[in-house]
Amino acid sequence: MGLDFSVIPKYLDVVMLGALWTIAITVAAALLSFFGGIFLAVVALYAPAIIRLPFRLFAWLFMGTPLLLQLFLIYFGLVQIGIDLPAFVAGVIGLGLHFAVYNSELIQTSILAVDKGQMEAARTLGLSRGQALRKVVVPQAVRDVIPPIGNNMIALLKDSALVSVIGVSELTLSAQLAIGRTYRPFEFYVLAAVFYYIINLGMEAVLRRIERKVQAAR
Amino acid sequence: MTEQKPFVDIRHAQKSYGALEVLKDISLQVHRGEIVAIIGPSGSGKSTLLRAINDLDPLSGGEVWLEDTQVNKTLPHRQYEKHINQVRQNIGMVFQHFNLFHHLTVRENITLAPKLLKGISDEEANKLAEEQLNKVGMIERIDYYPSQLSGGQKQRVAIARALAMKPKVMLFDEATSALDPELVEEVNQVMKALAEEHMTMIIVTHEMGFAESVCDRVLFMDQGVVVEEGPPEVMFRNPQNERTKNFLRKHLADANK
Repeated sequence: MGLDFSVIPKYLDVVMLGALWTIAITVAAALLSFFGGIFLAVVALYAPAIIRLPFRLFAWLFMGTPLLLQLFLIYFGLVQIGIDLPAFVAGVIGLGLHFAVYNSELIQTSILAVDKGQMEAARTLGLSRGQALRKVVVPQAVRDVIPPIGNNMIALLKDSALVSVIGVSELTLSAQLAIGRTYRPFEFYVLAAVFYYIINLGMEAVLRRIERKVQAAR
Repeated sequence: MTEQKPFVDIRHAQKSYGALEVLKDISLQVHRGEIVAIIGPSGSGKSTLLRAINDLDPLSGGEVWLEDTQVNKTLPHRQYEKHINQVRQNIGMVFQHFNLFHHLTVRENITLAPKLLKGISDEEANKLAEEQLNKVGMIERIDYYPSQLSGGQKQRVAIARALAMKPKVMLFDEATSALDPELVEEVNQVMKALAEEHMTMIIVTHEMGFAESVCDRVLFMDQGVVVEEGPPEVMFRNPQNERTKNFLRKHLADANK
């Protein structure tokens, strides 16, 4: 049957719209995973056991089970206990929390690696432990760990394809939609791959800018 | 010294790490405007004693007083935290390794605590930073990051940061020990200028020349006790205790190598 890329223009808008959804879900989930990761790291290191242990269970659950299953559970499972989330929101929460746990591991290590003198200097000036963490230790820890968090964010972009299974018409699902109409899987999967790659390049450029910006403050 | 009440009053300070006793019943009174140097070999407990003054290394026994406030008083945890944070605002501390906040500019290093703890406006904070940086001769580096400064410059900024809280007493924990020899003098100059303003200072140091020229009183510590103390001219020219003599002789020999 051969390849025929001339079918692409007709469905380009569909796939592009999908790409926009992928960007939206990736950005939202990345933000959630970033701030969630900081929160989880601070809880894991400094909260009293009664708070820390449930969060540890939560982290273990998100690290030890497939993301796909987590998405099913959040989207289909939670309805049964009265939490009916839109697919997009369920997708962002699933992806965001999943990667928050991974980011948290990185940030924890990084917090512990911040020179003890930083906390001491802050405490000496009269800052409370919480203030010192918030203003001095955590910002430094996060800066140090931006490159590996960036890698996680690129993994997040790629895993965002999984939310197609709960019906978010992001890039992968949009490509499938076009394939359903045209029976041209190769052409549209390649097109989707090209879009993923372009988004990836964009993310890397943003990450490089952030890294450059914080480099002076080392 | 007349019958003036001491400004910093350490009473029977005792500190152990397990079986190891690093401070053995040390008492030290420092009066307002007095400058005290603590010298001694490493492991003698001098840094531990200094760090006990603002409770960075809590004592196992004994009391620390700053004016009419007991620094290390017994309180429930939350109240104690509030109390100690308040007390520490009055005690400036300068560390061997500067401990500037790497992620903040010189200006932000200085304004962070005053803005957060004293609720002053950005404008006031900036003025404060400029004032303190002028004092230590670092005004032209106000928007630099610590990584862009030399060791001596970092330490001068660290002193400015401590001074911005308007402390009643300044603690120096080997402030020049980590510096290249040619950078020591610029930090010493700043400390001398502070001395001339009659800042109360307690200085742990290896710089005997500096201690001799600036301090009112010198304590020699060894193995957790104050072996000998006195005015610098006596301590450095005519020490009485054998251990003091040995230490100074060795130190001089090392310094002349």
